[in-house]
Amino acid sequence: MTESDSAAQQPQQQQQQSQQDGDGSATSSAAAPSRRAVLGWGGAGFALGAAAAGGAVTAFGGSSDMVSAAASGASVPFHGEHQAGIASAVQDRLHFAAFDVKTKDREELIKLLKEWTVAARLMTAGLPVGEGGFGGLPEAPPDDTGEALGLKASRLTLTIGFGPGLFAKGRFGLEGKRPEALVDLELFPGDNLDPARSGGDLCVQACADDPQVAVHAIRQLARIGFGRTAMRWSQLGFGKTSSTTPDEQTPRNMMGFKDGTRNVSGTDKAALDKHVWVGAGDGSDWLTGGSYLVARRIRMNIETWDRTPLQEQEDIFGRDKGEGAPVGKSRERDEPFLKAMKPEAHVRLAHPDTNNGATILRRGYSFTDGTDGLGRLDAGLFFLAYQRDIRKGFIPIQRNLARSDVLNEYIQHVGSAVFAVPPGVRDKDDWWGRTLFA
Amino acid sequence: MRPARLTVIAAASVAAALTAVTGCSQKSDAGGDDAIKVAASDSACDVSKTEFPAGKVQIDVENKGSKVTEVYVLFPDARIVTERENIGPGTKASITAEIKAGDYEIVCKPGMKGDGISKKVKATGKGGAEEKRSPEMDAAVAAYRAYVVTQAEETLPKAQAFADAVKAGDVEGAKKLYAASRIGWERTEPVAESFGDIDPKVDVREDGLEAGQDLEKDWTGWHRLEKALWVDNKIGDREKQLADTLIADLTDWQKKVGQAEITPTSIANGAKELLDEVATGKVTGEEERYSHTDLVDFKANVEGAQKAFELLKPIAAKNDPELVKQLDTQFAALNTLLDKYRADQATYEFTSYEKVGEPERKELSDGVNALAEPLSKLAAAVTK
Repeated sequence: MTESDSAAQQPQQQQQQSQQDGDGSATSSAAAPSRRAVLGWGGAGFALGAAAAGGAVTAFGGSSDMVSAAASGASVPFHGEHQAGIASAVQDRLHFAAFDVKTKDREELIKLLKEWTVAARLMTAGLPVGEGGFGGLPEAPPDDTGEALGLKASRLTLTIGFGPGLFAKGRFGLEGKRPEALVDLELFPGDNLDPARSGGDLCVQACADDPQVAVHAIRQLARIGFGRTAMRWSQLGFGKTSSTTPDEQTPRNMMGFKDGTRNVSGTDKAALDKHVWVGAGDGSDWLTGGSYLVARRIRMNIETWDRTPLQEQEDIFGRDKGEGAPVGKSRERDEPFLKAMKPEAHVRLAHPDTNNGATILRRGYSFTDGTDGLGRLDAGLFFLAYQRDIRKGFIPIQRNLARSDVLNEYIQHVGSAVFAVPPGVRDKDDWWGRTLFA
Repeated sequence: MRPARLTVIAAASVAAALTAVTGCSQKSDAGGDDAIKVAASDSACDVSKTEFPAGKVQIDVENKGSKVTEVYVLFPDARIVTERENIGPGTKASITAEIKAGDYEIVCKPGMKGDGISKKVKATGKGGAEEKRSPEMDAAVAAYRAYVVTQAEETLPKAQAFADAVKAGDVEGAKKLYAASRIGWERTEPVAESFGDIDPKVDVREDGLEAGQDLEKDWTGWHRLEKALWVDNKIGDREKQLADTLIADLTDWQKKVGQAEITPTSIANGAKELLDEVATGKVTGEEERYSHTDLVDFKANVEGAQKAFELLKPIAAKNDPELVKQLDTQFAALNTLLDKYRADQATYEFTSYEKVGEPERKELSDGVNALAEPLSKLAAAVTK
């Protein structure tokens, strides 16, 4: 924390350093330019973006998959072996968007992905897209919508995923490249899925410390995509519900409980390789270094939950509410003794030991989308899970939960989507999906 | 319809009107030899001089023909400097106007219809000349103005037929004529909106009234009659009165459109605004909430935008051929999508929007976004 903390407190110094290190030798933690400062340099803005991104490669291109929890405002490297936004430290805000691809032309789709990559590279470095938000032709709308001007990179990560529809026969010639592990999920007991909140040919997960930065990023990509993609649905999230940095407190969900204490750590390379990253021999070479994402919108019956007695709440989860300790233990991170819990307790059913070791990396967020027509909070958990194989990750766990979890009385899955998440963008010549379309 | 909004085409009709000092019908007496004499007949428009000093100019018109005529002085982009209508056969009229240095046309319109007969004239000397534009820009503006004028002219008889049905108390007949009476208006709405006062009179929706306005008294125009026809299913005295008011307001519009300030940029942005109209009011079904004829308006908006684009295309193609290609593609795609909702492409009989489901509305909305986003770059491509 300390190194990046102090870096973030001296943004001016950082910018100067980045400027001097125009050859790309700037370290990643130094690349936290404020948008306003960058704009002030006029034409130098783009050059700095490239330098900062180049520097990121230097710092990130090694064997470590870890991105340390940087101070708010810093930038997370866009280039690397894996996409940022999976194992990297979880930011507090989310804008997740699923798109339908409207173009039928493979080349158009490739062009779009290249344009998106360029925009993503700029935005994750804290820079506006294209010619920026102002100062261009007065007759034309600005390239960048401008609501993130003056805001820092805010650890923005943009992570792309490819949905099953993209691999459909007769569409883009990708039918032979659909990974076996990208399965269409079965309908689990209790699912009440809304097609308008499910599916999508493409997804982009934008995470940042500042919600405006995350929303801005999705908005720019949607705009660049118009005519080629159309937004299918999107979800705002706040208050991360899980952490990839175990040194931090496990955040609480909307039910007031700590959940996901056993999440995969972003620094645990062995666990990531075993459970999260697609390996070289897994079947789809283009996806090596990538992952699979399952997104579920889980609505919580907040009002009835709030009327549930404390003891019952704690029994349902299998943890105490104050400390988050498993039943019979005193500290949150104490190893749970599953047999001490009720047979249908949530933690017991979700635990790898109950699921033959099935492990997923969770990156979910709380959401509150106002109220429904009945005055009930439309709130819950926007569940995001990354894994090496959906058939060995999410599915067995969810089968178990959907069948027996006592929590089901208080939750309902209302949206669902799966995506193959390609490996990272290696350098400034690389682009999202290159290996798929090669 | 967008209440209380400044359009790109500014309310410049006021400025244009100021240029024309007066158009009185008094007999020529002050002009003497300085006056430009126009001899109008059924087939000729003879002008006594084609060059005259800029400043206050008097034009003496004599109608020697057998038809009622009208005489215009036009800027190169066809905007009206001044005009005089209803000059009867055998009568004289005098027009006085402040004319700056530059090129103009004097046009006689025997029968007050059609393009008329025009003569090029030049005002010379002091007096700030009109800002010079390229001839192709002037041509685009002139052609767009002609389009707008034609749309207004063609709308009036259709609106009259609708108004007549209302006045006859014929609910079903009026319903059938309603949507068609709006097409010309919808095609050229950004220009109509530039005259701030007409749009709120003819196209305001129930929720568009401002605070302090009375729904009974102040709500006029198409949508007020739409509600009477589709919701109340009856026509009373008030509705018959409002039918006349609608015609009076549309006549006012028809008179003003020729004077609207139109530039290549405003044509381009007007096209985008037409798509914005679709995006905010039509795809949601808000515009025609009682009649559900939104797709007719939708089609008309797209047609108006496409006309603007086609006129600017030669200019835009030089500066941004990629954009032109993209717009061609997206216009075609949206038109194809719209055609799914009418059995016969020769008519404007579109599916009731009530019967268009959510997924289809989403598809239409996506199509509008796909076109409107590149269309927003047309103005820049024209001015580059």
